[in-house]
Order: sequence, then structure tokens, then C-alpha cells
Amino acid sequence: MWFFRKNRWQLVTLLSFLSWQAVAQAPENSVLYKGTDIGVKLLVFVLLGLFLAYIIKIIISLSQVGGTLLKKISFKVDKNQISGLTADQIDIMLKIVTKTPGPAPAVKIILPALIIWLWPHFSNAQTTVQAATRENILTQPGVLITFVLLFIPLLAGFLLLISKISTLLKKYQRSKIQVELQSIADNLGNEMFYEEVSVLSDRKKALLFQLSQNELAGENIASDEKGLLNNIKIQHGTDIFPVKKKPIPRPKIDPKLTQLILAFIASAVLWLVIGTTIGEYVGIKFVAPDADAISWLSFGRLRPVHTNLVFWGWATLGMLGLGYYVVPMVGNGKLYNIKMGWASLHLINLSHVLGTVSLMAGINNGGGEYREYIWPIMLLFAIGLGLSTTNYLKTIAQRKTKEIYISNWYISAAVIFLPIIALVSYLPFWQNGIGEVILQGFYMHQAVGLWFMMFCLGLLYYFLPQQFNKPIYSYSLGVLAFWTQILFYTLIGTHHFVFSALPWWLQTTAIVGSVGMLIPVTSGTINFLMTFKGGWDKVTNSYSLPFFLVGVIYYFTGSYQGTAEAFRSTNLIWHFTDFTIAHSHITMYGIISFIIFAGIYAIVPRLTGKEPPQIMVGAHFWLALIGLQFYTIPLMIGGTLKGLSWGDARPFIESVVLMGPYWLWRAIGGSMMWLSHLVLAYNLYKMVYPSEEFTVKEEVFKILKQKADLNTPLIKTDHEPI
Amino acid sequence: MNLFNDHKKLFWASSALFVLLMLFVAIMPAINNQLNNAPLPGSMLMTADEEAGKKIYISEGCVGCHSQQVRNVEMDKVWGSRPGIAADYAGMHRISFWQNTATLMGTERTGPDLTNIGQRQPSKEWHLLHLFNPRAVVAESIMPSYAWLFEDKDLADSLDVIITVPEKFKAGRKSVIVASQEALQLVAYLKSLSQVPLPDGTAKPEFLYQTSKKEGETAPAADNGPDGAALYASNCQSCHQPTGEGLKGAFPPLKGSEIVLNENPQDLVNIIMNGYDAREEYAVMPAVGKNNNLKPQEIAAIMNHERTSWGNNAKKVTAQEVEKFLAAIQKQNAVQ
Repeated sequence: MWFFRKNRWQLVTLLSFLSWQAVAQAPENSVLYKGTDIGVKLLVFVLLGLFLAYIIKIIISLSQVGGTLLKKISFKVDKNQISGLTADQIDIMLKIVTKTPGPAPAVKIILPALIIWLWPHFSNAQTTVQAATRENILTQPGVLITFVLLFIPLLAGFLLLISKISTLLKKYQRSKIQVELQSIADNLGNEMFYEEVSVLSDRKKALLFQLSQNELAGENIASDEKGLLNNIKIQHGTDIFPVKKKPIPRPKIDPKLTQLILAFIASAVLWLVIGTTIGEYVGIKFVAPDADAISWLSFGRLRPVHTNLVFWGWATLGMLGLGYYVVPMVGNGKLYNIKMGWASLHLINLSHVLGTVSLMAGINNGGGEYREYIWPIMLLFAIGLGLSTTNYLKTIAQRKTKEIYISNWYISAAVIFLPIIALVSYLPFWQNGIGEVILQGFYMHQAVGLWFMMFCLGLLYYFLPQQFNKPIYSYSLGVLAFWTQILFYTLIGTHHFVFSALPWWLQTTAIVGSVGMLIPVTSGTINFLMTFKGGWDKVTNSYSLPFFLVGVIYYFTGSYQGTAEAFRSTNLIWHFTDFTIAHSHITMYGIISFIIFAGIYAIVPRLTGKEPPQIMVGAHFWLALIGLQFYTIPLMIGGTLKGLSWGDARPFIESVVLMGPYWLWRAIGGSMMWLSHLVLAYNLYKMVYPSEEFTVKEEVFKILKQKADLNTPLIKTDHEPI
Repeated sequence: MNLFNDHKKLFWASSALFVLLMLFVAIMPAINNQLNNAPLPGSMLMTADEEAGKKIYISEGCVGCHSQQVRNVEMDKVWGSRPGIAADYAGMHRISFWQNTATLMGTERTGPDLTNIGQRQPSKEWHLLHLFNPRAVVAESIMPSYAWLFEDKDLADSLDVIITVPEKFKAGRKSVIVASQEALQLVAYLKSLSQVPLPDGTAKPEFLYQTSKKEGETAPAADNGPDGAALYASNCQSCHQPTGEGLKGAFPPLKGSEIVLNENPQDLVNIIMNGYDAREEYAVMPAVGKNNNLKPQEIAAIMNHERTSWGNNAKKVTAQEVEKFLAAIQKQNAVQ
């Protein structure tokens, strides 16, 4: 209670500010207050309760200070206690110097008070703007999230206040203890005997003992007589572009398999460049609709060309190419049949040439997304894919290991599922009327989740452990994610048609499945990030790990975003808008493409023994990553505004006009992504056909060797000829 | 079951789970819907031209930007008078040996929904000009121009449909611009798109998430009425233009128009409500009011916007007056 007497004025100021804040907030926030009265009241009560509890705790602890605390501190000089003292402390004891405590520092109460005083101003300014916009806004999830975000600084301010009070009280405690300490120190000096002083001096000497630092090396100058050191780096200092680690040479891969893998990857990159060139052009048309008036280049015809090429051309071939490396590798066996692989590649490439030409000519399957190729062309693709499926499954069957590694679970499931999905979605028996829409939802989402995502997860389960040279964090989590991925992903197709004429129960099933997806996504993310744990230093000196890291992060955020979009309430704002486009690029690019980029940089140098120029890998990474931000963030903002504009029943054309700037940003981001693909193509070229490296040292030694061969020996030496 | 070591068991187990779920969420519901839905009694079979037009709509990839579904949510009310139901799509079958069924529901609305476009915009001339260059009628539009669906002719045949293109959008063409057969078929298809009314006695499915009006809101609304400029933009602007000047040879100007400025605006109410086709030199005006279910206060707001903008200066009308005019018009029509 003494505390209150001494600091009563500060406390009174504090409390008056607090109460003033409560009074000031109530009337100005009345709209907000009415809408969420129970929640807000509860929150205020909880906070006040916490605050009071804390104050009471402090008071109780203060009342105990005088008695118990000092007992812990009082001690006598004996041998056991001396071993706990440092040399400096002993020195001080020897000198028996005691200092009187200075005056207690002035109590700092201005800052917390200022924060409390300013807080209503900040919070009022923010809440009044929002509350004015609409009646039902408080129930919208986005707004609720915003409130949570607003609450965070409030909580931070509250915690800061508590910590300030806490320091204040601790200082007071100290000042009391200081008095007692003074008396202990005085006693120490007075009670010192001669023997004790000598013990202390010995101890001090022992503590100050130091080695001479050359006990092992001796006085001789170092020399490398066995030739153990090579290429010692003499220059020191920071590199602007840190040197990345060279890939460790792996057991030789069959050169024929190497060729097949490289052909897959090269085809993939070719389709990526073509597909995104088209995508880029299509994106520009949003800003400049009269760029051309040629039927083959019109928006409606080029859009599916872009999506099909990046889906079935780039991502599919890229994954299959990496799969041809991973599937035999984790089974410790050989690929079942290399020729089958080539046939698969040729058929898929052929399907894209024909598909692209036919789509541009205006021949398509009827408008369902990602199944725009007519069935004869898709059949070529499916046969090509089926060949790879057979090849993979037979390779797994003839593996040398007893167990099937988790990568091959995912990859085998993916290659089994996609042919089934394609077949079911192209067969005509269940496609009349609304049946077509049900199949469309099923098709487009299974292709994404049970083909691209499933396959890429399989790749991650191989590449992450390989890159870190340690096992995956948890095999069981991988298995859990595997089964839940199949269970939930298969259900969610219809969430693209929420509020449509499709059966309501089917829409609900899809939404529930979308929430269920949090299980495989969370377990997968934990698994990958825990594998990263302890190896973060490796990320900076590897050129494929940063790509993997981005892939894993987007796996988490992209998938969670997908779940959030599936709710009925969010569908109201975001469905039909450009938000969906942003989401599809976050997932197909941020997750799938980044994992394939990473895989390419991880294995191609191992296959060819040649590395890409480091600075260009960096350029690829940053252009792709920054480009993706410029692409997606504006579209998400614009998409939300568009949805709100529709909700407000504004004329439709307004929603087109308001998107203008966001479409421009998308084109800018898209250009950066496109540029990064050109860099990737260059890097791939460099990894496969590097230019003859010209180094002075090697050239000089070449000439010397020629001379040495001509007239042996120039000078007689004891050394071996170079 | 040793999934870890036996690849056959693993492959079969994962496939079985997947196929089972697929049957449950895709194939069975699809077949079920196919068997249990029939086209509505009021729906009409497509003509050959409309059918051909739909194929052009498909091959041009219009579905990439235009949906054809009215969802059962309040904000979709502008696209149709009732939410879409499975029966609306029931009559759709495989298009050809090469192509799948096309319900064209779509997943994007970069452009407006077209479920009911035939009722909302029945003017052939407007559609043709819009296809030739959308910016000729809607300045802010980003839709592609479909100029290749039109032909240049030095002299038009008697059967040719000539479109009057504003000079700015002719791109230097001196000749006559004539709609090709494909363009006409595509427009025929667009005009055929309209919601079929539900059979009598069938309860309309409701629009969800209705914006309930609260007491605080109705009071100022009574003073100001609906936003006339916004309603004009939604219902009239694509023909009569934001400037009120119309388009020469296609859509008449409202600026300085006698009908608009008339002391007794009964004709104006009649035209907005029931359409107009009396002047050779202009396109047919659709029954905008009827088609879009405009209420008297909305019509009054549009009229007041037209009567007081672009230099027009006529007396404002009230919703009550419009109601009176509507009653008079109905009486007149009944007599005829």
C-alpha cells in the first residue's frame, strides 16, 4: 500500500486517461458498437479483468518484498561460494569497495500515458470510416479479418502498457532491495579475515590463467607438404552475388535416360515460352483491346491456347521429365522402357501442336475450361500420358528397394488418376444438360489437385531430402496427407459453381471438401518446413532451394486461399471476378511452376555436369517472384472491388472501368514473369550446351603441353612433365 | 494390407478410393440430373441460324468472358428475373461428333452475363455494330472487335444488312460495311437468349442474400429516389450514349429531343416501357421498361436524368405521375 501512497499521482493520471478513453470511444463508435455490442463488451471486460488481475498480483508480490527476498541474497564467504564468483567480483571483494546507490531514476510515465491518450484517436479514425460504408459489413469475413488486424496493435499497446507498469514496479522493488544490499556489502568488508583474503587471491590467479595459443602449432611456419589444399581463395570480403554451391556429382545416370529427361524438360520450357508469350499478349489485350483484329489472334481463341499450353504443355511435360529422374531413382532401379518415354513425349508434343492450331482456327470442344481440345487431339495426349503411366508403374514394380518411397506413392497416384479423369470427362454418356457442368467442375479441379499438385508433392518428397541430404521430417505425415488429399480433393470440383443451378447438396459437399483440404495442406506444409529446419543456411547457397521454398510457402497460402474462396459468403464477392485469375496463378505458378523450376535447376546440372550462369538463375528467380506479386496482388484488390461494385448494383460497365489500372499492373507483372521464362530458356541452353570456356591458365598450359610434346624434354628436371 | 511394400495393393487402394468418390460426386449426380430434368414447357427449339450462331459463339471463345447463368443471389437479379435452374440447361446435348455439350455457364464475368441478353437488348442493329467494334457503342468496353465477321462491299446487294459505323471506327474503310452470314447467325443466337418463364403455378426459386431495407434508409431514398444516372447507364446508355447524342443512323439523340422534353411526357413513358419502332432511319427500340421490370420510381429517375442532362431543361416528373401515365397507356392499349 505504500506504493500507492508514493506513486498515487501517476496512478491517478493513468486511470483518468484510461477512463477518458473508454468514454471517448463509446459515442463516436456507436454504429460499430450497436452491431457488435456483445463481442466488444466481452472484449473490454476481458481486457479490464486481465489488467486488474495483473495489478492485484503485483500488489501481493510487493507486500512480500520486505521479508523473503533478502534471505536469498545474504551469504558468507566460503569455498563453495567463491567458485561461483568471477575474477572481477573477487577483485572488488579484495578491494572492498562499496558504492552507494545513486538516486532512483525518474519514473517514466509519460510514454504509456501518451499512448493511452492517443489510442482513441487512432482507433476512432479507423473504425468510423468502415462502419459508415454498409449495414451488413460487420458480418463479412474480410471485415472480420480487418478487425482482427486492427485488434493486434490494440493488444500490442495494452501489452506495452503492462510492461511499462511492470518496469516501474520492478524499479521500485530494486530501490528497496538496494538498501538491504548496502548493508550486506558493508558487512562483507567488515567480516573479512586474512585466510579468506589469501583464498581469494589464489582463486583470482586461477581464473586469470590463459593458454599461450601456440601449444599445438608450435613456432614453425605452416606448409602444405602433402598437397591437400587446392585453389585457396585469397580475396576476402562480401560478394554482391554470393557464390552458390556446386552440385555434388551423383552416380552416373544412363546417358539415354539423360537424353530423354532433357528432351522432356526442353519441350516443357519451349511450351512455357510459347504459352506465356500468348498469355502476355492476351493480358495486354485487357488494356489495349484494339491491338489487332485478326480472328486467329482474338482474345477468346488465344485464352484457351495459353491455358492449355501452360497446363498440359509446360507443367505436365516438366513434371513428367522430372518424374523420369525421380521414379527410377527412389526405387534404386532402372527405367522400364526408354523408347516408351520418347513415344509419350512425341505424342504429347504433337497433341499441343495440333491443339494450338485448332484452337486458333476456332475449333474447340465446347468451352469447358482446360478441356478445349477436341477429343481426337486429347486422345493423342491421353495415349502419350498413358505410355508414361505404364512406364512409371512398371518401373515402380521392378524397383530394387523393398519399400515404395512416398514420392512414388504420390507420383503413381497422379499418373493413374489423370487418365481416368480425362477419360471420364471426355466420354459423352453423362454430359447432357447440367451433367456437363458437374463433369466440368470435377474435371478442372481434379486436373489441378490430383494431377499437378499430387505429382509436385511427390517431387517435393524426393527433392527436399535430396537437397538437404537428410530424410523427410515425417513419413507418416506424408502418408496422412496422401490419403486425405485423395479423400477431400476429389469432392471439391463443384465449388466453381456455387449458387448455380447445380444440386445444392453437391455445392455444399464441395465446400466441406474444400475445408477438409486444410488437413493435407497443413500436414504437407509442416512436413516440408520441418525438413527445411536446421538447413536454412543451405537455402542461401543453393540455387534450387529458394525456388522450393517459394513453392512450399505458396503451397500453404495458395491452398488456404482456395479454401477461403470456396465459402458461400466469399463467393458472393469474389466469384466471376479477377480474384479467381489471381488465385489460379498463385497456385499454378507459385506452387507448381516454382517446384518445376527448382527441379530443373536441381537435376539438369547433375545430368549434364554443366551449370547455369549463377547471376541468370538469380535473375530468373527474382523476375518470376516479383512479377508474380505484381500480377496477383492488384488482381485480388481489383477483383474484390469489382465484386463489391456488383453487390452495390452499380452499372456493369463501372466494374470494367475500375479494373483498368489493375489490369495494367497485371500486364506489368506478367511481362516480368514472361521475361523470367526467357532467362530460364537461356539457362537451360547454358546447362545443356555451354560455350567453350576460355581461361588464360588452361590456354597457356595447352601451348606448353604442345611444346613439351614436340621437343622432349626441354630441360631435364626431377618433376613429372606437366 | 502392406501398402508400403506391395505396389499392386497401393495402386489398387488409391485408385479404388478415387473412383468411388468420383462416382459419388461426379458420375452419379451427372446421370441423375440428366435423367430427371426436362426442358421447360415454354422453351423453344433453336432455329438453324441460332444453332449456327451458337457454334460461332463457342468457337470464338465468348464463354471466356461471358457467363450464362443467373445465380440465386441478389446481385444476379440484373441478369434475369429468376435464378437459373437445371431445367434451363436440360435441352442441351452434344453439339457434334467432334464437340461436347456446351452449357456455356462460364466461370468469368469480364463482360456481362448473357442469359437474358435477347430480352435485355433485342436490337439487331445494336448487336451488329457492337460486334463490329464494341467501342462504337460502349466507349469503355474492352471486348474484342469481331471485324472479320463483316465484309467490305463497293455496292450492297438488296438482301445485305448494311451497318452504319461511325466514321471514327471505320478504320479508313471507304466502302459499305455489310454483315456476313456468320455475324447475322451470331446475332440471331444472342437474340434467342432469354429466360423461359416457369410454368404457371410453379414457385419461383428465391434470390438469396437480399439487401433488406432498413428504416433509416428508406427515408432519404424517398427524397432523392433511385440514382437516375446509374439506371440510365445500365439501361439506356449503350444505345443513346453517355452524351445523350445517340449514334447517327442507328440510335436517335435524346439531347433536345421533342419527345423527351415534352410538357406532357406520356409518350416518353410509353416508349421506355413498351419500345418504339416508328422511324425508318433508326433501329428498333426494345421495351426496356417491361424487359427489365423497371418500377415507376425508376422510370421517373431515368426520365428526370434525361430531361435535365446535356443541356436539356424540362420539368421533373414524380413516380406518381409516371404511375398515372402507365395506367392511361394500359387503358389505351386495352381499347386498341
